[in-house]
Amino acid sequence: MNSTDFILAAEESVNPLLPNPWEILATGVGFAVLLFIVIKVIAPKFEQAYEDRVTAIEGGLEKAEAAQKEAEETLAQYKAQLLEARTEANRIREEARSEGAQILEDLKTKATDEATRISEQAQRQIQAERVAAQSSLRNDVGTLATELASKIVDEALKDDARAQHVVDQFLNDLETQQSAGASN
Amino acid sequence: MFAFALPMASEEGGFIPPTVHDTHLPEIFPWAAEYGTGFGKQMLMIALSVVLISWFFTMAIKNPKLVPGKMQYLAESGYAFVRNGIGRDIIGEKNFRPWIPLLFATFFFVLLNNLFGAIPFLQLPSFSHAGSAYAMAIIIYGTWIAVGLKNHGIRYFKLAVTPPGVSPVMLILLVPLEIISNFIVRPLTHSLRLMATMLAGHIIVMLAASGARYLIVVQDQLALNGVGVLVIVGYVAMYFLELLIMVLQAFVFTLLTAIYIQGAIEADAH
Repeated sequence: MNSTDFILAAEESVNPLLPNPWEILATGVGFAVLLFIVIKVIAPKFEQAYEDRVTAIEGGLEKAEAAQKEAEETLAQYKAQLLEARTEANRIREEARSEGAQILEDLKTKATDEATRISEQAQRQIQAERVAAQSSLRNDVGTLATELASKIVDEALKDDARAQHVVDQFLNDLETQQSAGASN
Repeated sequence: MFAFALPMASEEGGFIPPTVHDTHLPEIFPWAAEYGTGFGKQMLMIALSVVLISWFFTMAIKNPKLVPGKMQYLAESGYAFVRNGIGRDIIGEKNFRPWIPLLFATFFFVLLNNLFGAIPFLQLPSFSHAGSAYAMAIIIYGTWIAVGLKNHGIRYFKLAVTPPGVSPVMLILLVPLEIISNFIVRPLTHSLRLMATMLAGHIIVMLAASGARYLIVVQDQLALNGVGVLVIVGYVAMYFLELLIMVLQAFVFTLLTAIYIQGAIEADAH
């Protein structure tokens, strides 16, 4: 295009409102093609992506809610269990304490009983021994008396002086025996 | 090609501002055919936008992940913006689902074609050409009338032009106004709003470029060269304003589409 063409073109009066029919056709066809592609491909895909996202987000939220609920339930369960265990432990401790006290009491009673029993037995034994000693002593005294009597009788028969001597000796013997018993 | 988009300022005769005609590049096939008779850059860009949008969104959602990557996140945000921000909010929870593809295609088709005007070398918002804007408006116009007829039968035309609770005397006045407003002015404003804003933005680009070139290259005085630099600085601000307008117009176009469809679905629910 040279400058003369331009001058010619400038002189031509062009009404901008008058359309080029080819442009109407090109725009119409172009838009129809675009609209077709949008209807067939683009819009369904975007709607699908949108739906998928909504579903995914809602599903995720539901899942999270369920998980939270479960966690809360488990926590409540654990708390209940813990409380139960604590009560149980307290109960056991209390029981053990009372049981221990009981055992101690029992042992004390038993020990006292045993002590009583032992001391009674000793008492009884002492008593028995005393009785035995008494009877044996009585026997001895009888024997001694009899012996003395026989000796006195025997000596008297022989000599008064001698009888006197025997009595003295017997008394002396008895004294010595007594002192020996006291020193013992 | 690109250089031809900038009109040559006549070296001797002072600055000639670019005209609307200069927004029309020569046709590519057949080369430099008369306007309106061939295949041009604008149509190539329409095709490019279809390919780019299809490619991007198909790729982004090819293997959708539950936790999206950057590309998927961007695509999903765009999809959700149209789906929920325009479709659900305007048409309503009950009826919006079948209209998601239309609104989605409309929004990104208009948006990308607008943004072409801000990309160097492409630098041509497709909808600055009236034909494209008309085509889109006709498609939407046909759609909402069909929706109205499908939902309410032929009675739809009566519902569409008679506001309820108005006395018969007033109806004589109102019915012609409603007919003009709904069935004639509506598609025109729908398309021309888009086309005019895009064309204006495009002309600003040309004006700034040719003006700056004239002031810096053609003029000898240093002061004027400086003013040319200021023009470029000012243009950068305009560029960002244009970006905003491009996005906003795509949004408005789609929003109106949704409003028209909603009006047709619930024509009897005044």
